[in-house]
Amino acid sequence: MFEKILIANRGEIACRIIRTAKRLGIGTVAVYSDADASSMHAELADEACHIGPSPARESYLRADLLIEAALKSGAEAVHPGYGFMSENADFAEACKKAGLIFIGPPAQAIRAMGSKSAAKKIMEKAGVPLIPGYHGENQEPELLRKEAEKTGYPLMIKAVMGGGGKGMRIVMKENDFSSALTAARREAMASFGDESVLLEKYISGPRHVEIQVFADNHGNAVYLFERDCSIQRRHQKIIEEAPAPGMTQKLREKMGAAAVDAAKARAYTGAGTVEFLLDESGNFYFMEMNTRLQVEHPVTEMITSVDLVEWQLRVACGEKLPCGQEDLHISGHAVEARIYAEDPSNSFLPSTGKLFYLSTPKESGNVRIDTGIREGDEVSMEYDPMIAKLIVWDVDRSSAVRRLHRALGEYHAAGVTTNVEFLRRVTEHPLFSSGGYDTGFIEQHESELFPARQKAPDRILALAALYIMLSIAPNREDSDNSGDPYSPWNMTHGWRLNCRSFHEISFIDGDSDVTVKVHYREKGYQLELPSGEMAVWGRLDGEGIVNADLGGALTKASVIRNGAEIILMTLGARYRLIHTDPFAQFEEQDDTGGSLTAPMPGRIIEVMVKEGDAVKRGDSLLTMEAMKMEHTIKAPGDGKVVELKYAVGDQVNEGEKLLIFEVNE
Amino acid sequence: MILKSSINRNSPEYKSNSDAMTALVADLKQKVSLIIQGGNEKARAKHTGRNKLLPRERIRRLLDAGAPFLELSQFAAWGMYNNEVPAAGIITGIGRVAGQECVIIANDATVKGGSYFPLTVKKHLRAQEIAEENHLPCIYLVDSGGANLPEQDEVFPDSKHFGRIFYNQANMSAKEIPQIAVVMGSCTAGGAYVPAMADESIIVKNQGTIFLGGPPLVKAATGEVVSAEDLGGADVHCRISGVTDHYALNDVHALGITRRIVKSLNRVKRPDLEIRKPMEPLYDPTELYGVVPADIRKPYDVREVIARIVDGSMFDEFKKLYGETMVCGFAHIFGYPVGILANNGILFSESAIKGAHFVQICSQRGIPLIFLQNISGFMVGSKYEAGGIAKDGAKLVTAVACSRVPRFTVIIGGSFGAGNYGMCGRGYSPRFLWMWPNARISVMGGEQAANVLAQVKRDSMEFRGETWSKEEEEAFKKPIREQYETQGHPYYASARLWDDGIIDPADTRMVLGLGISASLNAPIEKTKFGIFRM
Repeated sequence: MFEKILIANRGEIACRIIRTAKRLGIGTVAVYSDADASSMHAELADEACHIGPSPARESYLRADLLIEAALKSGAEAVHPGYGFMSENADFAEACKKAGLIFIGPPAQAIRAMGSKSAAKKIMEKAGVPLIPGYHGENQEPELLRKEAEKTGYPLMIKAVMGGGGKGMRIVMKENDFSSALTAARREAMASFGDESVLLEKYISGPRHVEIQVFADNHGNAVYLFERDCSIQRRHQKIIEEAPAPGMTQKLREKMGAAAVDAAKARAYTGAGTVEFLLDESGNFYFMEMNTRLQVEHPVTEMITSVDLVEWQLRVACGEKLPCGQEDLHISGHAVEARIYAEDPSNSFLPSTGKLFYLSTPKESGNVRIDTGIREGDEVSMEYDPMIAKLIVWDVDRSSAVRRLHRALGEYHAAGVTTNVEFLRRVTEHPLFSSGGYDTGFIEQHESELFPARQKAPDRILALAALYIMLSIAPNREDSDNSGDPYSPWNMTHGWRLNCRSFHEISFIDGDSDVTVKVHYREKGYQLELPSGEMAVWGRLDGEGIVNADLGGALTKASVIRNGAEIILMTLGARYRLIHTDPFAQFEEQDDTGGSLTAPMPGRIIEVMVKEGDAVKRGDSLLTMEAMKMEHTIKAPGDGKVVELKYAVGDQVNEGEKLLIFEVNE
Repeated sequence: MILKSSINRNSPEYKSNSDAMTALVADLKQKVSLIIQGGNEKARAKHTGRNKLLPRERIRRLLDAGAPFLELSQFAAWGMYNNEVPAAGIITGIGRVAGQECVIIANDATVKGGSYFPLTVKKHLRAQEIAEENHLPCIYLVDSGGANLPEQDEVFPDSKHFGRIFYNQANMSAKEIPQIAVVMGSCTAGGAYVPAMADESIIVKNQGTIFLGGPPLVKAATGEVVSAEDLGGADVHCRISGVTDHYALNDVHALGITRRIVKSLNRVKRPDLEIRKPMEPLYDPTELYGVVPADIRKPYDVREVIARIVDGSMFDEFKKLYGETMVCGFAHIFGYPVGILANNGILFSESAIKGAHFVQICSQRGIPLIFLQNISGFMVGSKYEAGGIAKDGAKLVTAVACSRVPRFTVIIGGSFGAGNYGMCGRGYSPRFLWMWPNARISVMGGEQAANVLAQVKRDSMEFRGETWSKEEEEAFKKPIREQYETQGHPYYASARLWDDGIIDPADTRMVLGLGISASLNAPIEKTKFGIFRM
């Protein structure tokens, strides 16, 4: 076994690998960029090596720096994790040249599978069914268009080097082909440095089922069953489970055998995943093979009790697979939910910022959390916005789904918007519970999964008002540096001579304003709420817990406050209110005329208009890129572009005015 | 030493005392509920209809959330001016703004247009006096038509009349006591000087106006026709004249700017006292209702009152065995050390000397003084005159008059005759003077006054050889007694600002605590006493 390895990655997967390495007594070297200087993975490793500035292409994607770090630290092997350099054959080769062991398949296997078109050719030869389409090298737009016609619509354009939904577009009709092709190519170029694409028939109602395979250098190969990854948004997996619902033993064996054959065909070693599309009648088509550890590998680990990273390490240092196919069995059911810093109600746009509050369910044999972010860490725009993977195991699928739902209810984060609520809605959806979903699940059930925002009920307003009243007192003492610490003037119960006073608290709840009038009482407060009065009392815990007596009902709530933002969590429900400062509204200059602001921090990559241009509502004005995703700013109405504030290549912060736009009267 | 209460809460006496005080406090609060409405409904509706906040709402929003407001002179003009000028048309008090105790003076435009009646002036000046003595920043929420013209002779010319307001502003500013004016309505004629004399001023657009002569006067004088806004509105004064410094879009905006100004005053309170962690009294302050006899002539042990005001009911008595009708001792209120002088009967020479000694001690040590006044006067009679009670009384008066530590007076019962002087009555400028609703104040008791006057009349009638029947004498005495009862009543006293307000006995501790804390904004001066007649 290795003495020391370098992990050429960051975040949760780096932490995940370090954990297994430590268990096996292997020394670990982490690498980190500027942005990750105090990150969890850098602290968790035995050693950490700074490799460059924050942008990935100047740090985590720099083969030379990674290899230099490995050599300098005396590591024998490099684990690439997933993403970044994990499927970069050149890097695998460079490692070998430098005398380092690349923990993954040989370079030629990566190269063969890395190109989608090449992989398909291999599969075709091996007799694995393929989806009709075009996988040719000729990338002439006109030829592609003709090939598209041949394949038939709807179809998909995919980056040849792609993965993770980047550089991928669905085209419903011929008219949309050109623009989709341009966008897919640009994304492909930005993400993979190669703009080649392939075309594929779009299969409706498909499920994404993948087979985990493992091979060693001694000619052994096994499959560790399947994972169903059909719950996807924007072609990115968010919930994965194993085994796949509705999978038959026969089909499993058939797919498993096909996957093992595929691996054997290229003298594959290490961990790999063969992705298939499974249609309604049980036909499966090869999609691609991932020559690395998958994000969702934990669900396989939970049902097989295999540590896949351990296997990777053993195989990489030349050991045989620890067991044969007959020794592998499925036990129970595991589900993983990916918790992202993103806003599901705003097209899943990434949300960045400081995760100033984090409270998670307790880890146990049933609940596992893989994360690389702690409370107080920054979710940076430089990298993938995944905060954690929440994995649960139980004896059967329905118990596992229920457990995941409950665990998500105990996962509270604040500072960035997360998809936790959204995941909860997915896990409680009847179709998800039944297991009969396909990859179109989220799009098809939009109305149920994105319900109209609920107004905070009186009970929640009462809790928020009580929280604010209870927090006034300590704030007062903070501001009081008078040397008169016990002054009765510090009191905050609205004392008046021979009469009584009250307080007003205004909230913004979604798009409506609500004011709660608070009358001071001997003990607690009498609240005037939208649908009646309520006597409330309570106390505040240091941990942001309000213990409240709401008109006789004892209630507990977690409250997180970030400036004006108040997030209340109680009984699995989460509400967000803005506590408005009556004086603050005047402090800002009033904005007259239309302006368009950046929805997130990012870089301007294309400007489609010039100053003075007249545009129609919905016309694209400019495109910005953040976290390798493109976002196009469109005209809010018919009007004129008055002033452009940024040019291509400029970096913008969230909320900054991108351009001045005058809407026609 | 912890005071031991010997009150029996189940005695019929306690019950009847408690009922009597409960009724008085209920009457007090009921009257206050009328006073705080301000002008009549029509006037208030007109005011709010212009998007203006009512003055008490302005104050509430100006204050820190939940902060106390120690209102002053709530009963000003009560029962006067045809009962048409509640609170004398001006609200004054002390409140916390951005962590600072400030004096707030707010005109109530719903009461006679916020114009100044004689008592309006007196109340305004009293609030300024409190600000000056205690070094409290002044915030003027101006919304007034200026002097009430029919009352001009009682408002304009004298030394403590309208002009004194600006004299005070100038002199307080000179003492580094910030003066901030918020023009939320008219500031006409003399009133124009409130913002003009302020250190910093704010004006509300389309609402505040400042001019020496209003549009009607301008038209009469020069024939120029001009709107109020064009003559002296926010745009004129913020952009052209420079009379005001900050431009507010409405009341709330103006109050926000005011808070911002106060936040940046760069004032630090440095109390020169040893402050302890406060303790609640061991006995419930509401028991004061049952402790204090319904008939103020009835004696009781004033230590029962002290036990319900001071921290932990702890009271270290001074000279306990000497001059027992004057109770003196050290205690803490809200953690602040205080020296308390409380009457426990009529004043004798010994009591007066003991009091003078105690005032000297506290003055030397810089300990604030609390006077709990319940005094029918000094002892009379040949024995006492010969014993020099006048010079002993004078010792107490001298000590009280000269002491420079913050002094606080609460009239908890009778305040009659020279006892009022020795126990730091209004003439002795205590920082604050409060009255309980059962209190009475006059040169002597109504019965004594009637008896004295009847005796004088009887003597002169008998000298002329006339006779005076019992019935006739009673008919003579009755109106005198009635006059004293009316004029000695707290409402009558408070209406004329002989005090700073009538308080619920249960609030005594809070009111004193707020007052002491406010007084600590000013340094405690060294005392120099006058000659004590020996």
